[in-house]
Amino acid sequence: MAMRRSLILSLLVVVLLALFPLVAPLFNLEFYVSYVRRVLIFALAATGLNLVLGYGGMVALGHAAFFGAGAYAVVILAGAGVQSAMVVWPAAAVLAAVLALLVGAVSLRTRGVYFIMITLAFAQMVYYIFISLRQYGGEDGINLYGRTRLPALDLSDDVTFYYVVLAVFVVLMVAFGRLVQSRFGAALTGIRENESRMEALGYPVYRLKLVAFVISGAMAGLAGAMLADHNLFVSPGMMHWTQSANLLIMVLVGGMGLRYGGVVGAAVMLFLEEALRLWTEFWHLPMGLLLLLVVFFAPKGLAGLWDSLRRRSASQPATGGKP
Amino acid sequence: MKRISSLILSLAMVPVAVSAAPIKVGIANDISGPFAAIGAEARDGFNLAIKQLDNTLGGQPAEFIQTDMGGNPDQARQLVDRYLKRENIDFFTGPIGSNVALAVGPALFNAKVPYLSNNPGPSQFAGAQCNKFWFGTSYQNDAFHEAAGKVAADRGYENVFIMAPDYPAGRDALNGFKRGYDADVSQELYTRLGQIDYAAEIAQIRAAKPEALFIFLPAAMGINFVKQFVSAGLSEDITLIGPGFSADEDVIMAVGEPMLGMYNTAQWAHDLDVPRNREFVEAFRNEYDGRYPSVYAAQAYDVIMAMDAAVRQVDGNVADRDAVVEALKKADFDSVRGQFRYGDNHYPIQSYYVRVIDKDDDGRITNRLVGQVFEDYQDVYVGDCKM
Amino acid sequence: MTLTVVIEQLLNGLQFGLMLFLIAAGLTLVFGIMDIMNLAHGSLYMAGAYVASATMSYTGSFLLAVLVAMVATGVVALVLELALMRRLVVRDHLAQVLGTYAVILIANDLVKMIWGAAPMMLNMPAALSGPVRILPELMYPAYRLMIIAVGLAAALALYWFVTRTRAGVLVRAGASNRLMATLMGIKVPLLFLGVFTLGAMLAAAAGALLGPITAVQIGMGEEVLILVLVCIVIGGIGSIRGAFVGALLVGMVDTAGRAFLPMLLREVFSPAVASSVGPTLAAIAIYVLMAVVLVFKPSGLFPARG
Repeated sequence: MAMRRSLILSLLVVVLLALFPLVAPLFNLEFYVSYVRRVLIFALAATGLNLVLGYGGMVALGHAAFFGAGAYAVVILAGAGVQSAMVVWPAAAVLAAVLALLVGAVSLRTRGVYFIMITLAFAQMVYYIFISLRQYGGEDGINLYGRTRLPALDLSDDVTFYYVVLAVFVVLMVAFGRLVQSRFGAALTGIRENESRMEALGYPVYRLKLVAFVISGAMAGLAGAMLADHNLFVSPGMMHWTQSANLLIMVLVGGMGLRYGGVVGAAVMLFLEEALRLWTEFWHLPMGLLLLLVVFFAPKGLAGLWDSLRRRSASQPATGGKP
Repeated sequence: MKRISSLILSLAMVPVAVSAAPIKVGIANDISGPFAAIGAEARDGFNLAIKQLDNTLGGQPAEFIQTDMGGNPDQARQLVDRYLKRENIDFFTGPIGSNVALAVGPALFNAKVPYLSNNPGPSQFAGAQCNKFWFGTSYQNDAFHEAAGKVAADRGYENVFIMAPDYPAGRDALNGFKRGYDADVSQELYTRLGQIDYAAEIAQIRAAKPEALFIFLPAAMGINFVKQFVSAGLSEDITLIGPGFSADEDVIMAVGEPMLGMYNTAQWAHDLDVPRNREFVEAFRNEYDGRYPSVYAAQAYDVIMAMDAAVRQVDGNVADRDAVVEALKKADFDSVRGQFRYGDNHYPIQSYYVRVIDKDDDGRITNRLVGQVFEDYQDVYVGDCKM
Repeated sequence: MTLTVVIEQLLNGLQFGLMLFLIAAGLTLVFGIMDIMNLAHGSLYMAGAYVASATMSYTGSFLLAVLVAMVATGVVALVLELALMRRLVVRDHLAQVLGTYAVILIANDLVKMIWGAAPMMLNMPAALSGPVRILPELMYPAYRLMIIAVGLAAALALYWFVTRTRAGVLVRAGASNRLMATLMGIKVPLLFLGVFTLGAMLAAAAGALLGPITAVQIGMGEEVLILVLVCIVIGGIGSIRGAFVGALLVGMVDTAGRAFLPMLLREVFSPAVASSVGPTLAAIAIYVLMAVVLVFKPSGLFPARG
């Protein structure tokens, strides 16, 4: 029953998102089409992080490196004359995945705080290397002079690009849902709960964690490539540790280990930041206070809060009733 | 009779009222990120100009939309998107860092919105990527460094050590210095971006015993370095030279006495003997509790005044963007740095001065104009611009 | 490359390392004993610097500035612990990350509201503002010598405290096994309050002492936080000895990297390669160091917990 309800809800959201660009001009909200697109891209990156963080229990603070690597893949390939999205986007995901493989192979030998620090360290290394690369703009970043291309679709049109991003998003979210409900997902959750037990039971823990890490890196890389196309600009700032922290915060606020945790987190944080910024130059203050509220009143994140509210209302008839 | 004529009169007035939609200027402020202090200076300059013009441009009502984007290129892109699609701006200005200017430029150029720069002057827009909607109104980044090099050469320094962080702007700075100096420097050193402690570099400088040291260390890096340099005793024998942005009011306020004696170059100084400048400095000091304007405030002020002049020259018809560009190109306004003109790449051909940090008559530490380094100086990239 | 230069760079590495130790000591104690991932430690460091700057501009006394900075930040830490940290201690690391990150945001904007966005002036006392001739050919900044002295004194004091006093033994017990400590009757909440406040005061002292040679500005805490985290991870969390060794290693490697690496590269490769690769390698040297240490010793060099 709950499953059916959440399925209907997800479908509703997808339909709303699909209708949005058609409806927006009526309310003079065309600008928000590209805004929502940006949210979808970050939602994808956050969902990737959710896989290792929420489901796998690995606190990775270096995902900005994979995000940025995907974005720079677009730049590098554009420089080599390759502009087809069918090649560039998968290539970005693969490049990020390879990077994740290398980083993960070394980092996953540690745990806890040490794992956090070592993923951070690798991200910093990538950041400093990219800053010094003059041919890709270095610290200033580099502009892209045109989006990648798809056959028959003109991605330079904002609305068309929106639908392509939405399509990719929906497909990946469905795949993600399948993944976390599969045996792989269950094993991952088991590892998060009690790693030594899983090892004792004979699961190849290290390999499972590495696979999750690589998949999550690939998702971040793909999101990065789409962000490069969205902004038509890439800079090493995308790989700074504060960007990793942003993604982490999105997952925490949204609800780690919950299927839509990344999506909810990205949407809330991005909208909140925009709204607060318009209100005051001291927007960090209310943002910090709101985060504290989430820590104390929504310990499972906002998606978790929604879940528990729903569950409580669903269980009312059983516990309420006539005296 | 009277009623009918007044009715006809009021009907005749309607089209005029309808067409006087305010001119919109989008300003992207930088007041919550790494350049917050400089961004606040620029905002003060903007606000002074806006106040003096009483929210008009060229006599027409104008709306100045100011939003903070925290020095973040991603955020700035979003903001410009909003300005273009929702607000339909006619002019743009605001960012402090070159990276943000580069990030938002193309979107503005495509939308045919003139972007007047109140600070960054990236070389990318000076050469092959030049665009008619870009106006590097303030300066081209390399010029300050080239002027510094010339200062070193003019003062007869033969043993010069140069230092900058390891990123493209840093390398540009050192290359610019070498062009202006036109001789071999004794050593070139790159530090890490965001580095806090410079003891290792100071040791190397001490070993090299140069006569002068040129540094390009923006923001906190410069503050850190100068404090450490002076406490190591090196400022006795080594003259410090830097571009104006390493030595303006914001840095002086954070460092104070240790900065005395540092030479720096800029296209403006608050004691520049130009009537318009004297008015500006006095108005600024009145408005803002007696403090001296920095070059960022002066540049911001100039940008608004340039827009004002251009709008007047096109009779308020800002929809004709080509005409606006033509008007802006003439630079026919009273700039606080004195008259200047634009090169073909829309970067200014102007004078550069050398200033030294000294105490004024009230004992305040500030920049003092020493002399002129370049007159009618043009950037080196204009040859690559095909406009 | 003379002996003088080598000695000077050694002193530099030592001084940078001791600077980091002052900050790291407080963080590793909080981390080790309270098991709190406290990202806001950098904000306490920043608070120390700002209060010192304000005190200095009112009174002109540097000593007073440092003391007031320590006391004021101590009070802030007391309040912070009672109001927030206490509640975060029982939560998992991620809730702590989120909570302390929120504190960073709030602290940065509070500072901006009180003191403005521009960096603040904090200059060293005139007596220490020049160099001292420690070798016939070597003039070294007096101020940095003072930092070395203070750093060493603090290290010794902490060592004595942790090994020779009762309170220190409690602290070590709490670090190595909190449950056991509770079972043995140690008043853990009071211990936590004490440790947190002590850590904050050390950080504030570091902020006040480093103010004269760094930039006192918003966000100064975050820049230094990364370096400090690297120190305590290398050294092993919860161990003062680890923080000391870790900080010195980081200080030395970073300084040596910046001082000698470009020079060494120039011997082997062309100047163009050396000047483009050198600085980058120097920048990532400490991260490479940390990665290497963790590969061989995944819990750091001297982990507090057996």
